[in-house]
Amino acid sequence: MLKLPIYLDYSATTPVDARVAEKMIPYLVEKFGNPASRSHALGWDAEAAVEEAREEVARLVNADPKEIVWTSGATESNNLALKGAAQFLAGKGRHLVTVKTEHKAILDTCRELERQGFEVSYLDVRDDGLLDLEVFKAALRPDTIVVSVMFVNNEIGVIQPIAEIGEICRSRGILFHVDAAQATGKVVIDLAALKVDLMSFSAHKTYGPKGIGALYVRRKPRVRLTAQMHGGGHERGFRSGTLATHQIVGMGEAYRLARLEMGAENERIRMLRDRLLKGLSDIDEVYVNGDLERRVPHNLNISFAYVEGESLLMAIKDLAVSSGSACTSASLEPSYVLRALGREDELAHSSIRFTLGRFTTEEEIDYAIKLLHDKIGRLRELSPLWEMVQEGVDLSTVQWAAH
Amino acid sequence: MFAPVYLDHNASTPADPAVVEAMLPYLSAQFGNASSRHEYGRAARRAVDEARSKVAAAVGAHPTEVVFTSGGSEANNLLIKGAAACLKPGVLAVSAIEHPCVLKPAEQLERRGWTLDRLAVNADGRIDASRFAVAMGRKPKIVSVMLANNETGVVQDLELLAERARLTGAWFHTDAVQAVGKIDVDFRRLNAAGVHALTVSAHKIGGPKGAAALVLDKRIELEPLIAGGGHERGLRSGTENVAAIVGFGVACELAVQRRAALAQRLLKLRGELEHGLRGCGATLFGQAAERLPNTVYFAIPDVDGETLVGHLDRAGYAVASGAACSSANPEPSHVLRAMGVAPDLARGAVRVSLGYGNTAEQVAGFLIALQATVARLQGLTAMAV
Repeated sequence: MLKLPIYLDYSATTPVDARVAEKMIPYLVEKFGNPASRSHALGWDAEAAVEEAREEVARLVNADPKEIVWTSGATESNNLALKGAAQFLAGKGRHLVTVKTEHKAILDTCRELERQGFEVSYLDVRDDGLLDLEVFKAALRPDTIVVSVMFVNNEIGVIQPIAEIGEICRSRGILFHVDAAQATGKVVIDLAALKVDLMSFSAHKTYGPKGIGALYVRRKPRVRLTAQMHGGGHERGFRSGTLATHQIVGMGEAYRLARLEMGAENERIRMLRDRLLKGLSDIDEVYVNGDLERRVPHNLNISFAYVEGESLLMAIKDLAVSSGSACTSASLEPSYVLRALGREDELAHSSIRFTLGRFTTEEEIDYAIKLLHDKIGRLRELSPLWEMVQEGVDLSTVQWAAH
Repeated sequence: MFAPVYLDHNASTPADPAVVEAMLPYLSAQFGNASSRHEYGRAARRAVDEARSKVAAAVGAHPTEVVFTSGGSEANNLLIKGAAACLKPGVLAVSAIEHPCVLKPAEQLERRGWTLDRLAVNADGRIDASRFAVAMGRKPKIVSVMLANNETGVVQDLELLAERARLTGAWFHTDAVQAVGKIDVDFRRLNAAGVHALTVSAHKIGGPKGAAALVLDKRIELEPLIAGGGHERGLRSGTENVAAIVGFGVACELAVQRRAALAQRLLKLRGELEHGLRGCGATLFGQAAERLPNTVYFAIPDVDGETLVGHLDRAGYAVASGAACSSANPEPSHVLRAMGVAPDLARGAVRVSLGYGNTAEQVAGFLIALQATVARLQGLTAMAV
């Protein structure tokens, strides 16, 4: 039995894996101690669970547990990384470099830093969504203190050349932050090899709970940050606030499962994604957004030309998908990520992001293919533009009357 | 293996079974991102909205005045730093007995050009009214006084203080994380008296860790601490922690329903506890002041607090030797220092904080264990001498 709507929005959030939820529950009920309580066993047990989870998170990305700082999520991690590093290094320089296709958590934080007197360069990407390393090198200045580039883009799934960017940053003594919220469990992350100084993680994009994330803070060479949340001095002073034990335990278990299962899981998901792409590629005028090779297997972002995006979303209500990222999908603006790829508004407007995951089935993919064939055909029948295109009119030459 | 008797509810509380039950669907089938427009997302949004109404109702606020955060520390940081970021540096007045998550942000502001006024308390832990009036004469722009102290349980007369602060035009904030569910907390009434913001946390009232709220008079202008996406009216970005927020809502509902009867029951237990403690020669801190019905803070002369709680833990009783957050710190409590308690006595401080699950038998058992431990420790001291 197919459950509708079919969830194909795993980049917005993932279900908590049942094995993860099961590990979390005892820490809400009988093991509820405050990990900061030093005077009784309930506190120590909670602290031990927090440290075990820290080891699991570190293990997935080949880091030292002491390099993992808990936060409330990747958005907070990104804020702490960028503001914490920029404010700490303000005496050294005031220039940051990032990319136009970053998540809002980076872009909005950069805007705030600009208001605090920092200068930020927002780099263009190539039309395949990837950062051009020559463009990147040209943007670096003697006063550049921090670079932030996401590992995997949330809308188009492309994988940025993190290793290469890291080498460039390290050779120039620039701190390198990576938002890896969309990367864990999808690409291999080896922080012993990558020259990355700060990396943001989220649990709820990797089958863990919402409300918990982490920031990797490199110890060798040591990275220092100005704390953004002050209080009891938790997390070695990087981030104060009572640790949410059950959520931390959930993140640890989610990352442990990711480490053990990602190899096989990603192959299965790649087959499903390719099946979806193949099933849609016999529709006329469909365009894949972003490079298909340097991309996580979970993501397919497609523009259906001559179909109005909002009508399309309404027509395919049986599919839980998004037209941009969840965080910006409340607005009807076309995706700024797709526009940064050079997609004109019309194509950016008619795009759908399909993101597949652990619980996606072949049956669901086949249903989606059939539904899209059906609905896109019908929507195009109603479209005067499509009619003109079928008659051989080149729309770019048409003089539209102003209203 | 026996379960210890938990007498440390001011540090954290177990989530109520009804809270856990309400959360479970959001850790399984109802997993949507509340910002997504499809049905999974809309279901999550409805759950967040419903919880927001429950939290608001519990503290007499309007749902639009509730800003969800990841915890009480974040809410306090947001208010102190966020309000300061929208003002020119001036005087900031916070009580000397605040939790570190108010004191530390205040000290941060001090480094950025603000003048920090630490409001004095008297020997009972209450804000000294005449010195408060003098401090208000220095025209602070932000005032923060906690409603109930986490260590002593002492409750401040906030309405009176807010009235006095009113003429300064300061934003008046109160950290109420220890008060909600134990005494009546009514933001409308406090707001009328001149309190503009209030912090409430889930895990202190039978909810999960990882959710709290800043209840906010909308006239306050705040710079967010966490940017990126514009959640919570732009005041706090980041994907909503739906499960914890749902749990928070239910915990608030239960706290209000249970408060009157619970307070009465705990007050009786506290009375028995205090009677027994006096029998052991204990000094009770803040006993002349109005206190939370669940909190007893005491010291037994010549008995080290750390040592005592260690022995009590082994006897099966979980209590605290100071605030959980600063327990790793061997320095005597800043709260007791502000109350003028001698350092030697302060080093003996032990906090017992009762909660929903505690019984008269447990309190009686605790007193027996305490008497035995104290006799042994004092015997050892005597031998050493």
